[in-house]
Formats: sequence, structure tokens, C-alpha cells
Amino acid sequence: MTNNKITIALSKGRIFKETLPLLKHAGIEPIDDIATSRKLILQTNQPNVQLVIIRASDVPTYVQYGAADVGVAGKDVLLEHGGQGLYEPLDLEIAKCKLMTAGPVELPDNEPPRLKIATKFINVTKAYYASIGQQVEIIKLYGSMELAPLVGLADRIVDVVDTGNTLKANKLVPMEHIADISSRLVVNTASLKMKHAVIKPFIDTLREAVENRR
Amino acid sequence: MTISEEHWLQPDGIDSILPAQAFVVESLRRELLDSYQSWGYDLVIPPFLDYLPSLLTGSGTSLEQKTFKFVDPLTGKMVGIRADMTPQVARIDAHELGANVPVRLSYIGNVLHTSPDGFGGARSLLQLGVELYGEEGVNSDVEVLMIMLNTLAIAGVENTHIDLGHVGIFRALARQAKLSDDQEIAMHDALQRKAIADIQDLVVRFELTDTQSSWFLKLITLNGDESVLVDAVSLFEGIDQELNAAIAYLQSVASEVKLHKPDLPLYFDLAELRGYHYHTGVVFAAFVPGHGRSIARGGRYDEIGKAFGRARPATGFSTDLKTLVNLSAKQFDVASSKVYAPYTSDRELQTFIDSLRASGQSVVQGAEVGSEVMKMQGCGQQVVQQSGKWVVESLI
Repeated sequence: MTNNKITIALSKGRIFKETLPLLKHAGIEPIDDIATSRKLILQTNQPNVQLVIIRASDVPTYVQYGAADVGVAGKDVLLEHGGQGLYEPLDLEIAKCKLMTAGPVELPDNEPPRLKIATKFINVTKAYYASIGQQVEIIKLYGSMELAPLVGLADRIVDVVDTGNTLKANKLVPMEHIADISSRLVVNTASLKMKHAVIKPFIDTLREAVENRR
Repeated sequence: MTISEEHWLQPDGIDSILPAQAFVVESLRRELLDSYQSWGYDLVIPPFLDYLPSLLTGSGTSLEQKTFKFVDPLTGKMVGIRADMTPQVARIDAHELGANVPVRLSYIGNVLHTSPDGFGGARSLLQLGVELYGEEGVNSDVEVLMIMLNTLAIAGVENTHIDLGHVGIFRALARQAKLSDDQEIAMHDALQRKAIADIQDLVVRFELTDTQSSWFLKLITLNGDESVLVDAVSLFEGIDQELNAAIAYLQSVASEVKLHKPDLPLYFDLAELRGYHYHTGVVFAAFVPGHGRSIARGGRYDEIGKAFGRARPATGFSTDLKTLVNLSAKQFDVASSKVYAPYTSDRELQTFIDSLRASGQSVVQGAEVGSEVMKMQGCGQQVVQQSGKWVVESLI
């Protein structure tokens, strides 16, 4: 009676690469090769488990509405999404980085009283500056944040910082630390309740894999 | 030719219910209200518009954000369009009826939300539910839960799962750990998301002892089948009397429910804190496979009458009839059931048509047309004359 098929939402790139070993520990391996296949739904060696490959920022949406039962999403994406309708029962401790503000190495003498902030994390940025009591103007960009201060579009950026090399190459420095980021396992609230017989052991095995890697 | 969109475009999340579905919605509405009457629940019809305080009483901030508000030009006071009928019904019990015996009320009506929070982003819902005031104890909560299950069954929603929780467990732990109001909100938020990493951060930031930290870290793992209640008893032994009472209460609700519905899949989640701001006891929600959200929810909220001058035991559930219709597996036969008859000045024919209508038949009268056009108007039969008598005949 209960449908025990589970769909796992992943995004291409770093998250996918670093999640695979964890899934392998749980006995799940994709049959199709993501590097060559153009399929968006990948079957696995487990008949009741399939993977869907989507954009990182879409993972919370797919899981929130139950289009996928579980997913792997960066804490940055989750903070921006708000996390409604989701459980995040496990920190996978992969794809670690920091969410930070950054600005030019040399700040101009007369900075405007209301800074312009370029970011794709609108909600997080708004909440962060509100929490330190600073009124700012936010400019939504979809990529290449580092360019904005260079061409005078913005005074600061808010973005994830890994090695800091891109910032350095563009004469920017990281400034304030907003949050530590790592990937989380997210689970649809209804799926956990209705498919707990499958999903709870799945979470437990992943937790084991995460602990083994420490 | 393009049609100017301003003439047909509807606001986001606002929709019309078209004939076939409207028939289903209305049939179900009647059947459900009759069933509530059969359990002794009386219908009330609260107004669409009310002063803001009485719409928001006993609710969290989310309801305030969801309510459309404007100034009543007559008084200069803020009024709102209800986003939830529960506070209105509570006011009817506490203030307008004011009875000292148990009161059972049912209600159905449109509610509007400023922001969508469900599938398809609906902002206009048809809220339906029952409330039971002045009765405490397991039996009254189980009664409401049974009515909720009955509602889903009547609506043809199958494979229902029930999720049970009790807000008293977290409340007792928060009290014992001496969390401040802000800390309690932050912890509640992390628990709602079962975000173990966030809870690990919080217990450090709040400087909780190792024992206290372990309560909250264990609480999020307490979900699954009935064995979690057993685990909870041993994990939380001797911490707080109200906590023990809450677990025992949940246990009795579960065994009562299993008595009535042995095959119902029950799921327990002791960190489920939906409606934590107004719930005071057991909380429950219904889920169905393939739908990523709860479809009906309820629980105990004893404090709601306080602002209206009279706190007394209260328990209830509510759902959205439009959601239930979309999930319904029930077959409603609407097509081809009408009868076509010509406009007429013949007294005898008109009398025959009137008698058909009086017997419950749906008769469409129109110009003389071919059978194809009759069918397109939803008719499966027509009125014809056979050997001098008017009869109903199926359309071929």
C-alpha cells in the first residue's frame, strides 16, 4: 500500500561528486554515467531509488513540494529558500565554504551611507544587514558577483567563499562572516512520515558514512 | 485578435470553480455538514470580515502576515478578511454563546491568504472543520480525530496516514532547560526543520549542560512508529511531570485510535511543533502518498478563549475542501444526467416538465435542436411525444 520508491534530488558539480561516495556507502550507485548521459532522471542499482539532477537552487523547491523525497542542498541555498516544508536531519559535511561579505581591498574615503550590495542571496543579505542595524540597497545578480564592485555597480558583495582566489584575483577581500556553509541532507516532511521505514535507515547509513569520513 | 488581459486575468492564487468541480465541491459540502450534524456539531457562519483582534486572537505571527487588512471607513479601525476561521468560531463559543456545557460547532467558508502556502500557490481556500469546547481528555481529542478521518473518507481521499505529536513535551524541556523566550523560538525553529547541525550550534550558544543538550538532540530523533513513545519514556524519565503526562496522553490517544481504526498507519513525531503558539496538547495531521504536505490538521488549544474572556478546553481540526476534491478518488456522476425539452406553450408538456423537475430531474428547456447540440449542453435524455403522451427517452 505504501509507496516505498524514493527520489533523491542532486545538483551537478561539486555536490554530486562529493555525495556519490556517501550514497555508495548506503549501497546506492547510479547506473547511468552523469558525465556522458544527458538524462535528468538517473536510475540506480536499487530498483526503488532514482536520482534527479537539477539546479542547486531548485533542490529545496523539489523537495518541499514532494517532487523529490530527499535532496542534497547547500546551507546557503537553504538559508535563502527559508526551509519551509523541509527537514534537514543531517549535515553531510561536504562542499564546505563560508558565506561572507566582500569588498574592494582599498575602500574609497567617502563610502556612501547606504551601501549597494550585489548578491544572489537576497533574503540572507537583507536579514544579515538588518541584524547589524545597517540599511543597504540590494542588487540581485545571477553570477560573477566579483565584477560588480569593480565596475561601480555595487560597494560590497555577499557570496560563498571557498579558497578566496577569485576574490583575490579581482582585488577584493572577504570582510564579515555571515555563516558557515556545508551541504545538508533535506527531506520532505510528508515523505519522512509516510516512508519512514525506508528513509530513516537511509539517513542512519548516511550519518554513518559521514562519521566514518571524519 | 487579442483580448486585453485586464478583463480575464485573475489575481495570483485566486480561481473560479467551474461547473463539474463546483458540483463535486457542493455535494461534498452538504454531505460533510450533514455528517457533522450527525455527530452533534451545529453549523455556525462567521462573517467574512471582522475587526483584526478577533481574527488574530491566540494565533501566531504567521496568521497576521497572512491576513488581508484595511481600514474600515466607518470607524477608522483595522478590519481584516479572515485567513483562518478558528479564532472566529472560538469567539462565538466564548462570547456569543457563552454556554457552560460542552459546545460542538462546525463551519465552512472561504478564507483568503496574502501569501500562498500550498500546492499551486492557492490563496483562496474553502476552510472546513469542527471545534469541540468545554470537553477535556483523550476521548474528546479522539472524537475530533475520528471526525477528521471520517471527513477524508467521505471525500474519497484514500491511503491516509496520521501523524501524532504533543507540544507539551518540548514545552516541558524548554522550561526545564530555562530557555528564554528568544531561545525557545530559535530552538523551536531548528526542531521544526529537524536541523541537527543547527541544534548543536544552539545548545553551545545557549550554554546548556550536556544533559540538557542531549534532550533536544534526542527529541529530533523521536519519530517513527509507536516504539518512539517507549524510547521517550526511558530517555526523559524523571525530568518533568508534565512531560511524562504528555507522553502518557499520547499513548492513550494512540491506543484509542487503534481500537477504532486498527489498520490506520500511525506515525509519531515528538518534535512536531506545528501551531506551537496556540496548541497546548496533542497535535495531529493527515498525509496521503504523493502529496508533500499535510492535508488536514488539528489538535488541542485550550487557551484560545482567554482573550474573549473565557479560556476553556478546546480541540478541533480543519482542512481545505478544494484540496480534498483534488485528491478525491470518488466518482461523481454529473455528465449526461440532464433532460432536454423544447420551449413550449403546450400546457400538458409544461406540466410534465414541472413534474420532472419536482422529482429531482434536471431539465434544460431550449429551442428545437439536434441531439448533438443537446449532448453538448450536458443532456443524456430528451422529452418526446409517444402515441400522444410525453415521455423521457435516452439520446442515442
